[in-house]
Amino acid sequence: MRTDLKKFGVRALAAAAAILLSTGAAFAQAAAAAPKIDSGDTAWMITSSALVLLMTIPGLGLFYAGMVRKKNMLATMAQSFGATCIITVLWMVIGYSIAFTPNADANTNQWIGGFGHIFLKQMGLNAINPLAPTIPESVYMFFQMTFAIITPALIAGALADRMKFSAFMWFMSLWLILVYCPIAHWVWGGGWLGTMGAMDYAGGSVVHLNAGTAGLVTCLVLGKRVGYGSENMAPYNVLFSVIGASLLWVGWFGFNAGSAVHADWNAGMAAAATQIATAAAAMGWMVSEWIISRKPSVLGMISGAVAGLVAITPASGFVDPMGALIIGIAAGVVCYVASVWVKRLLGYDDALDTWGVHGVGGALGAILTGAFASSKIQPTYPNGGWLLDGNVHQMVVQFYDVAAVFIYCAVVTFIILKVIDIVIGLRVSRDVEVEGLDINLHGEMVQG
Amino acid sequence: MKLITAIIKPFKLDEVREQLSAIGVQGMTVTEVKGYGRQKGHTEIYRGAEYAVSFLPKVKIEVAVKSEMAEAVIEAITAKAKTGQIGDGKIFVTPLDQVVRIRTGETDSDAL
Repeated sequence: MRTDLKKFGVRALAAAAAILLSTGAAFAQAAAAAPKIDSGDTAWMITSSALVLLMTIPGLGLFYAGMVRKKNMLATMAQSFGATCIITVLWMVIGYSIAFTPNADANTNQWIGGFGHIFLKQMGLNAINPLAPTIPESVYMFFQMTFAIITPALIAGALADRMKFSAFMWFMSLWLILVYCPIAHWVWGGGWLGTMGAMDYAGGSVVHLNAGTAGLVTCLVLGKRVGYGSENMAPYNVLFSVIGASLLWVGWFGFNAGSAVHADWNAGMAAAATQIATAAAAMGWMVSEWIISRKPSVLGMISGAVAGLVAITPASGFVDPMGALIIGIAAGVVCYVASVWVKRLLGYDDALDTWGVHGVGGALGAILTGAFASSKIQPTYPNGGWLLDGNVHQMVVQFYDVAAVFIYCAVVTFIILKVIDIVIGLRVSRDVEVEGLDINLHGEMVQG
Repeated sequence: MKLITAIIKPFKLDEVREQLSAIGVQGMTVTEVKGYGRQKGHTEIYRGAEYAVSFLPKVKIEVAVKSEMAEAVIEAITAKAKTGQIGDGKIFVTPLDQVVRIRTGETDSDAL
């Protein structure tokens, strides 16, 4: 609900009324004065932006690096770090403009934003984005930038251990502009999915289902790692993954509670729902594993926590604590089954489970948001969801949202990968893969 | 002179070292090693993927002593490293031809 369109509508009406009531003298003064911003909102949104950046570096980087073999740890870190850098630049160049600024043509605006903010040259000191009227546009641009960074970076889990770094950087760049930016615009930037009423508070479909789907396509296009199923691919150091997952958990309050774009009642409820669902999902995964595999592994607990964070992402801000608890438990159990059993059954090599955790968790969360959304928690959606407000139609909208993101992302991701493969090649040579990416791609190694 | 090489469980090292000091052993060399014997390895499971780990961590102790002390050293190690479970380790005894203390140039018994 980061668009804040409805609140903006009210404020815009009030502003228009004020202008009508005031006379020409006041008009001359208003031209020079900076728009009024809310200092509390601004402080919280700068904090949230930094928290979401913390999720990618070092959070996601450590989470993934701990799960790969020693010879690929630095290369895995390099993917999170490299994605952060290239996407920051591209967001400044074009991403923000086409995702979060309106297109002059109303019909085109359903599909893609405008091009007026390329290189952010229109973003002056006192600029405001109508989607977030109480904070400086610089802060809103930065906040959305951190989302744009982590979404493609998540895909690295599926392609771990076998992609060329050059191909990876091209993939991140093209995927950002051709997949992330349009979908973010559809849902949050004023496009057709948001207009249709799709509920996605912080990115269940835009971020997680999107990255998960891209991960699934990428691991299928790349093929399995050399030695998959026969060689020992045990994580080199789960401790790094625990630190990474814990940083993700902490940073996620910027992600979810920050998506209120205000420091208000709704942000508070989103934070509470996030904490409850995450813990419940970690328990769900842990208990499932304890029963089926006899031991509650640490990797299982942290995977469950991330699954819970993913599933509550679209729902936080829409659901009450009870809804958060149920969504959390469901996410822990369902993502466990997807990552451990379905993957083995179907035989694809989603190395670090980007699809199993983010794709499945994101889709599950998006659909359960339609079930558990409450008009009492999110009054800007007065029709609410299915179970608490009897709005069955919301379930249909949520299914559309999931299907649209899945299909568009799968098709365009596939095309991007094929083009990169033809031009520069996607995968490292067999020798490089066996010896390790760190020494061959980056000329460095983890010692000790 | 004998070189006594013992492979033991890592958590038994301190007890063995104390007992060897108590019976007058002047020094030892300790190495962290990996290997397998009758204990074989174990299985690790990460997100449902099972991996057989065939080499387990152990500690290797090397002690050089006069021949007449060898029995006492073997007894001390056996007494302290034993848990009765599979995987307690082994002791190898080999004859030692020559010993030199680098600092002084002393040899054999004087160097021990």
